[in-house]
Parts: sequence; structure tokens; C-alpha cells
Amino acid sequence: MKPDRDVAEWTGPKIRYDLVKEFTIALVVMAVLTALLAIVFSSPDDRPVTIKSWSLAQPVDLAQTALAELNGTSASATYGPPYNNTPGAGQKIGPISLARIPGVTHPINSAQDYVLGPLSSDPDVPGLPGALVAFRGASQGQKSTWESAYSKALNKATFTNGKLDVPPGNYGPVAPMISALVSMARSGALDGALLRSSQFYGTDYTKPLLFMADGSYLASVGGKYHLQGTQWGMMNETGNYPGQAWLWLYTMWYQISPFTTSGNADALIWSIMMVLTLGLILVPFIPGLRSIPRVTKVYRVIWRKHYAKVEKQLSPQ
Amino acid sequence: MSSSNKQMWTEKVRKAMVSALPPDKLMPDSQPAYVASWIYVFGVATLSALCVVIGTGIILAIGGPSWWHTSSFGHFVNSLHLWSVELFMLCMVIHLWGKFFMAAWRGNRQLTWITGVVSFLLSIGAAFTGYLSQQNFDSQWIATQAKDGLNAVGVGAYFNVMNFGQMIVWHVMLLPLVVGLLVVVHLLMVRHRGVVPPFDDSLSNNRNAESSAKDAEPAK
Repeated sequence: MKPDRDVAEWTGPKIRYDLVKEFTIALVVMAVLTALLAIVFSSPDDRPVTIKSWSLAQPVDLAQTALAELNGTSASATYGPPYNNTPGAGQKIGPISLARIPGVTHPINSAQDYVLGPLSSDPDVPGLPGALVAFRGASQGQKSTWESAYSKALNKATFTNGKLDVPPGNYGPVAPMISALVSMARSGALDGALLRSSQFYGTDYTKPLLFMADGSYLASVGGKYHLQGTQWGMMNETGNYPGQAWLWLYTMWYQISPFTTSGNADALIWSIMMVLTLGLILVPFIPGLRSIPRVTKVYRVIWRKHYAKVEKQLSPQ
Repeated sequence: MSSSNKQMWTEKVRKAMVSALPPDKLMPDSQPAYVASWIYVFGVATLSALCVVIGTGIILAIGGPSWWHTSSFGHFVNSLHLWSVELFMLCMVIHLWGKFFMAAWRGNRQLTWITGVVSFLLSIGAAFTGYLSQQNFDSQWIATQAKDGLNAVGVGAYFNVMNFGQMIVWHVMLLPLVVGLLVVVHLLMVRHRGVVPPFDDSLSNNRNAESSAKDAEPAK
């Protein structure tokens, strides 16, 4: 008989115990406690960011993000699986990239999905169809020249009188395209365009959320609410609420070295958490780990009345 | 007919069920004398908080995912749902660590421990998908942050945290169903095996030295 695995059945005295009464009282107490907490603290419900609200707050950031989607330099465009097949992308645990095993399951073509596609759905903008034809017909080198020049210009851009104002330069069709996309965003039409699916009903927000995450506006709002990864990230929620406090161990790894700088931090942290989780599930079978309760003797506090009785019975009178 | 003499499947199952859990085991009116500690309260507190979570969740489900954003009563129900989840998780964590320090897997109770831990893990998933189904800034932020971890290990290919439709189905249907079933199995196991007895200190003290050396060896 091993003390950390086996135990003799109890043959000692029993006490009256009303399980139904205990449960009923616990249910009432829990319901009342929940109601009190809800009345006193309510719950957070901060309005979601939309592409429209983003474009109204930071139109230049939206224009820069759209250009990054067009020239394939955004985070989404270079993400790798499950969004695209960017060579070398995808985090690794040692030599293994688990992300590459299922491959691309939610395909994202950033230029087509975020810029060219939505603009093509808005043919009534004067000059836009011609700009799209010119862009599609241009060589890759020509496109890169326009995009590079416009990228530099956007660093000095302002937004005045409802229009993007950039220094004069040779941006080809890129300038009217991005300008039209910003106008589309400010009207709210881009929100709808990015949600369009082959069915009438749509519930998949992958495209608009990835687009917003590529910009800096969503991150700035998250930072305002103290929700950045370095601020214990997603275990928190807006306002002074406990959030998902039970994710503390998972979130903790993101605060310490080497995970703060590792390019494979997510994959490494997930693998650590999987090992720890498996360890917790299989504690009863792991020698050493299953001895912790006996060795630490916390049980002496839990069952202190029982041990006090046993010691009283055993002590010489 | 020989077939009429054979035990029916129904009869076999009934006998097995009654044998494993006779009424006085399923609904006992007494407990061993050592069941006298505040730590035991957290098991029943977890169960009762889960009932409040399910009840408030059902009201939210009746109104639909957007209802609580436009109705003050709906918002109150959402607050009830949120705080009952916080209490549920708090009680469950205390219950779990209490059971850990009692080594509650002893005496063939390993499956009771495992179903409890897996219920805890699935409850984390249920709460997580709940946050993703709120349709507010928290949902957007958590989805865009969480996707990287899930994508890094290939899970994101099938479990897309930015797909609201998928997340809400997991939250209101799949995970509650599995958590509910596991909790029922967990409770039946507790009733079947009973509450784990304390360490026999005189016994364990005698065996401390030898167990640490022999613990790693397979049972002979």
C-alpha cells in the first residue's frame, strides 16, 4: 500500500450530513452574492472599434495600413499559416512548425481582400475604375515604385477637409486608390465590404479583425485600457474588473525573458502550458508530484479536527 | 424460450447502476466524521455557482447575442452571468487546490481527479469563448491577441477565435454540454467512491522513508 496512491476505506464514525439542504443553502447564497456583485459592479461593455471609427479617429493610420496590405508588408500579409503561405513564416518548437501541418485554412490575400476587392465593389467613384485598371496592368517594379513613394509621403500626410493631404509626387494610381479606400472606410462601406460572404448571413469577422490588428489604432485603444501583452494582456478586460484571472500562469510567461523577445514565444509558451496541464491531469500517476500533499502536510490544517481527535484518543490518560 | 431467460440489456444496465450507486450511496444522509472542514464547502459552492451561470446564460441565450447591449435588464443579466462565472472559477480553483492537498485521488479515485481537472480546463474554454462572444471591444481585443498562440500550435486552423459564429456555438452549446456531462460524471464518482479519507499519519510516517525510494517502482 503506497500512501500517495492508496488509502484504506473508512470504517470509523459517521456524522449526519444533509447534502440537499447544504446545496440549497449554497445555491441561495451564491445567487444572492452574484446579484450583489452585479448590482454594485455591473459589467463592462465598451463599444467595439469599427473600421469607420478607426478611419474617423486616425485616417492616416488607416491609409498606411491599407498601403501595407497592398504592397504585402503588413502583419497579415506576411503571417503564414493559417492565413497564407509566406515562406519561413510560422512559429517553431525546435525544428517543428505545428502551424504548417494544417496549412492555410483561412486564406487571406491582403492586397485583394483589403484594397483591390473592396475598391472594385465601389465603381461609382470618379476615376477609380481607371486607377484600378492602371494598377492591375502595371509591372511589379512600377507598382513597387509607386507604393514606395506613397509610403514615404504618408509619413508626412495630414487629413484636412475630409481628404488625405500628401506632398506632391509620382504615386500613380496608388494615391487615388488609397484615398478612395479611406473615403469608403469613413462612410462605413468598408466594414460591410470586409464582412461580405458567399452567403447572405455572415458571422466570420476574421478579415476585418486582422485588418484592424494590422493598424496601430486598435493597439492604442487596447493600451489605453491597459490590455497590451506587456500589461498582462488578454487576461484583463476593460475597466476595473477581474477578467480571466485564471489565465495568470499563461499570461505570466509573456512577461518574462526569453519569451519577451523570442520570435517563437507563442509556440513555446503553449508547449510549456500543455506539459504543465498534462502534469496536473496526471498528478495521481506521477511519482514525486503526487507526494507533494503528504510531504507539505497542508492536509493537517484541512483535517485538523480529525487529527486532534485521533491524537486525543491515542494520548495516554 | 431460452432468449426470455437471458438477462435483457436494460436489466443488466439497471443492475450495474444500482450496484455502483445504490440509493443510500447516491443520496447519503451521513458522511464520515472527518468531513468537517470549510474546504468541503467549495465543492458544493462550485456546483451552485455553475447552476447560476447556466441559469443566467439561458436567459441571455433567449434574448440572443445582441440583446444585452440594448436592454438595461439584459445588461443586468449579463452582469449576473459575469459575476457568477467569476465566483464559479474562484470556488473551483479553491476546491481543486483543496483536493490536491488532500491527495484526493487516493483509493482508486484517479478518475474523479481527472474529470475534475478536465472540467476546470473546459470551463476555462467556456469562459474564454464567452468573452469572445460579447460583441464588444473586449471580444475584439481578446480575439486578436489570442489568435497568435492558437495559430502558433496549429489549433487556430480549426478553432478560429475571430469567427463569432463558431465561438458562440462553442460557448452556448458544445462546451456547456461537455462541462455539464463531466460534472455529472464527477459527482457520481464522488458518490460512488465517497470522500477521500485523511492520511493515516501513523502509517505514512512509518512508510515515509521507504515510499520515497520505492514510489517510482511499479506495483508488484
